[in-house]
Amino acid sequence: MSGSLQTLSDFLQCLIVGLRLGSVYALVALGYTMVYGIIRLINFAHGDFIMVGGYTLFFTIPAMLAVNDKLPIWLAVIVAIAVCALVGVTVELVAYRPVRKKGTNMTALITAIAMSLFLENLAQAIPAIGPNYKIMRRMFSNKAVLNFLNISLDWTTLLTILIGASVMIGLQLFVKKTKLGRAMRAVSEDKQASVLVGINVNRTIIITFAIGSGLAAVAALMYFAQYSTIMTTSGTMLGLKAFVAAVLGGIGIIPGAMLGGLVIGLVESFTTGYISSSLADAFVFLILIIVLIIKPAGILGKNVGEKV
Amino acid sequence: MERTPVLKTVNLGITFGGLRAVEDFNIEIYEGELVGLIGPNGAGKTTVFNLLTGVYTPTEGKFYLSGKNMNGKKTHQVVAEGIARTFQNIRLFKQMTVLENVKVALNSKYEYKFFASLFRTPKFWRKEEELDKEARDLLSIFNLENKANYIASNLPYGQQRKLEIARALATGMKILLLDEPAAGMNPTETAELLECIKIIRERFGIAILLIEHDMSLVMNVCERIQVINFGKTIAFGLPHEIANNQEVIEAYLGKNED
Amino acid sequence: MMNKNTKLKGYLVNTVALAVLLMAFLILNANFKTPFYSVVFIPSLWQISYLIILAASLNLVLGFLGQLSLGHCGFMAIGAYTAALLSLYFERAGIFTDKKAPVFIVSILVSLLAGGLLAAIVGIIVGIPALRLKGDYLAIITLGFGMIICNVINNLPFAGMEGLSKGSAAASLYKTGLGFGNTLKTKYAWVAIVITILCLAAMFMFIRSRFGRAIESIRDDEIAASASGINVSLYKVGTFVYSAFFAGIAGGLFACCNSSLSTASFAFTNGSILNSTFIVVMVVVGGMGSLTGSMLSAVLMFLLNYVIKNVIKASGMPLFVQNLFKYPMLVYAIVLIIVIMFKPKGILGTREFSLVNTIEYIKGKLGKKAVKEGGSK
Ligand SMILES: Nc1ncnc2c1ncn2[C@@H]1O[C@H](COP(=O)(O)OP(=O)(O)OP(=O)(O)O)[C@@H](O)[C@H]1O
Ligand SMILES: [Mg+2]
Repeated sequence: MSGSLQTLSDFLQCLIVGLRLGSVYALVALGYTMVYGIIRLINFAHGDFIMVGGYTLFFTIPAMLAVNDKLPIWLAVIVAIAVCALVGVTVELVAYRPVRKKGTNMTALITAIAMSLFLENLAQAIPAIGPNYKIMRRMFSNKAVLNFLNISLDWTTLLTILIGASVMIGLQLFVKKTKLGRAMRAVSEDKQASVLVGINVNRTIIITFAIGSGLAAVAALMYFAQYSTIMTTSGTMLGLKAFVAAVLGGIGIIPGAMLGGLVIGLVESFTTGYISSSLADAFVFLILIIVLIIKPAGILGKNVGEKV
Repeated sequence: MERTPVLKTVNLGITFGGLRAVEDFNIEIYEGELVGLIGPNGAGKTTVFNLLTGVYTPTEGKFYLSGKNMNGKKTHQVVAEGIARTFQNIRLFKQMTVLENVKVALNSKYEYKFFASLFRTPKFWRKEEELDKEARDLLSIFNLENKANYIASNLPYGQQRKLEIARALATGMKILLLDEPAAGMNPTETAELLECIKIIRERFGIAILLIEHDMSLVMNVCERIQVINFGKTIAFGLPHEIANNQEVIEAYLGKNED
Repeated sequence: MMNKNTKLKGYLVNTVALAVLLMAFLILNANFKTPFYSVVFIPSLWQISYLIILAASLNLVLGFLGQLSLGHCGFMAIGAYTAALLSLYFERAGIFTDKKAPVFIVSILVSLLAGGLLAAIVGIIVGIPALRLKGDYLAIITLGFGMIICNVINNLPFAGMEGLSKGSAAASLYKTGLGFGNTLKTKYAWVAIVITILCLAAMFMFIRSRFGRAIESIRDDEIAASASGINVSLYKVGTFVYSAFFAGIAGGLFACCNSSLSTASFAFTNGSILNSTFIVVMVVVGGMGSLTGSMLSAVLMFLLNYVIKNVIKASGMPLFVQNLFKYPMLVYAIVLIIVIMFKPKGILGTREFSLVNTIEYIKGKLGKKAVKEGGSK
């Protein structure tokens, strides 16, 4: 094979990996962005919801297969979504809401960090989980769908990208077309006005948390389908980068999260492929810093100054 | 001989997205004058203040302080040049004491270097003492000197407004912008406020631009009045002229045929 | 009310009190030689020293300036590695050969100072872009900075895996320069104490001056602060840099007590006591806006950590309780949640403990006079 073709296939391989990573980041970023849009808080614990989703999959898949080995994996995913949504809603009700009522932005933010620490370390303290990593069962076939010019596209990658894309399209339709989605947008625009037009703000916030956290379970499926080791801090770095993605695209804006996710995925994949994997994380943050300096509200964000 | 106005704006304006919040705003204010800026809710009065203090950057026009162009200056630079303001929604340093609130605004007047504070040099003590004295003097104008060590947010509403004015005065300004200082005050408090404004004018001889919804107050104290509606100036002149101006009455009461 | 003389009197009282305590300590140190003292007490003293400096310096940014920085350990890492490498250099260059010589202690002090200065310089580079952002954004950027610093250090041949972490430099760290054993820690305990006192004094002088008022006004209302003539960005970066300087010094002290360095110690979260979130916990528990609160909570959190590590294990408590405490961060997370939900102002809030006022208070109690409660504001 000629050198230029090799260059091309390297490039395409990076692109495919970038798209796969990007889909995961985008999905996690959606969780951050939805919650941020509605309560103006970085839910630091969102990364840990992914960990919760991951462990739920870790335990439910074998359990279900033990009952009946014909049961499909997506049933486990539904369980994981339910668990994550429950955890998300609980965190909101027990911690965030009371603090939001009486505290400042700073205390709310610190509460979120505390919740993240709490979930991570609580998981460690559970004997069945513990501090050491565990190996996930393979979820999708790792056979190649396509093998062309040294580029391989396996099922995991293809499914990750497909699931990511369809969830995002679905979410966008939900937010734009349904009554609930419109309520969510109204609350994130202006809480007081939403109350006046008869929207139940608290309920809307809870539903947002449920959906955002449920997405973390889907992201967990996509992430752990590729990287089969799981530990209690698995969600931290993923969550951070996804948050960076959300900010990059313009936090609070759903298409922004998708765009940001893809950008971060591609940056990471190309840095790893062409520069060095140990610097990929540094690059991710570097890009965030540059974007925020040029456009403080993110790529798609509108710059609204504080009203005085 | 021409006097230079303390504040002069030339076709000042700003657009938010599609909304022209203020356009072609022209005003000249001379030393010692008290000018009123009135208009219905959402007319753009506060936005004018934000433009004049560098909180927003004007998209059109220029403004000058004693003949010096102020466009593009940051808020603290504009303040250093001599424009001070208060806010429509009180913005005090809530966790700090009343005295400290005023001292913050005296920060650049009594300057000492970092090392002076690190080693507590004689200069540090001298400056701090002078600063303390001036801060207390300012508080006494508003009868707040005996509340110097209260936490600012614990003051009653009327006194919080006064403290905000005291803080603005501490910056050593040429022109003071007051954004609805009497809002939410009861008649006694308003009367006290009027008294304070009088003292300020006597003692400092500065120009004042006043936004106020309380018409009797405006008509009483202002020498000239400018009226804006939907960002545009619709009238300016002496109080009695404004009171009888048809367009102003319509702006406030709505047109009859509507 | 509070004039120069009463303040000077306060300084005098504090200085005398500190001098007496230091003398007492030196006498104790020279005569008291039980194993508990040199194996447990003295190493703890070193640890508490840098924890206090860390908490107090982060408090400048978090409590006084009102900005959440999650990368404080990054500055600490810079200080630690700089101090370690510099003292190593001094030793290899033959500047000191003997750890008893005065030149040794001077070179250690120079190394610590250099660590602080380099941390401050990096603070400028990070602070200028980062502090344009607020709240959540700043938190994330500083967190990212903390990670990038560790990343960069790991990739430096002389500091990372082949250097101070596990390589040749690490081995000599213990033998030479930094990395005090228990004997040296005991001998030079006064260094830790004096440095802590000096750092705190410098922070107090900063917050009790026009600079301190300026940054507190920024915390309370940024727009009103700039409308009062405060150059908000300048003060923000200045405070950030000042705080980074002390974090660097604390890092140097940290390097003094450890035989080798690993960037894992400075991560955002990890199982051990030292990480950026733990420092946030200390500041919140002590009270955002109270330096004495930070000192107090550094001691308390250290004791809590000590109890979790040593006492619980030996206590013969039921296994599941012991297991729960195997992960101290879980306990800190719970402490943080409880404090932030039920006592968001922390132990001291924004008040400071003041010796003079306490003395006045006690005098008042004894004289049955009503004197306003201690804590000057
Ligand atoms: N930062 C901003 N972004 C977008 N629109 C703004 C902004 N600030 C002000 N506006 C708009 O500009 C218009 C003028 O507002 P402004 O606050 O100046 O009115 P005002 O005359 O002070 O009214 P009021 O008497 O109620 O205080 C309003 O329509 C307001 O919504
Ligand atoms: Mg207004």
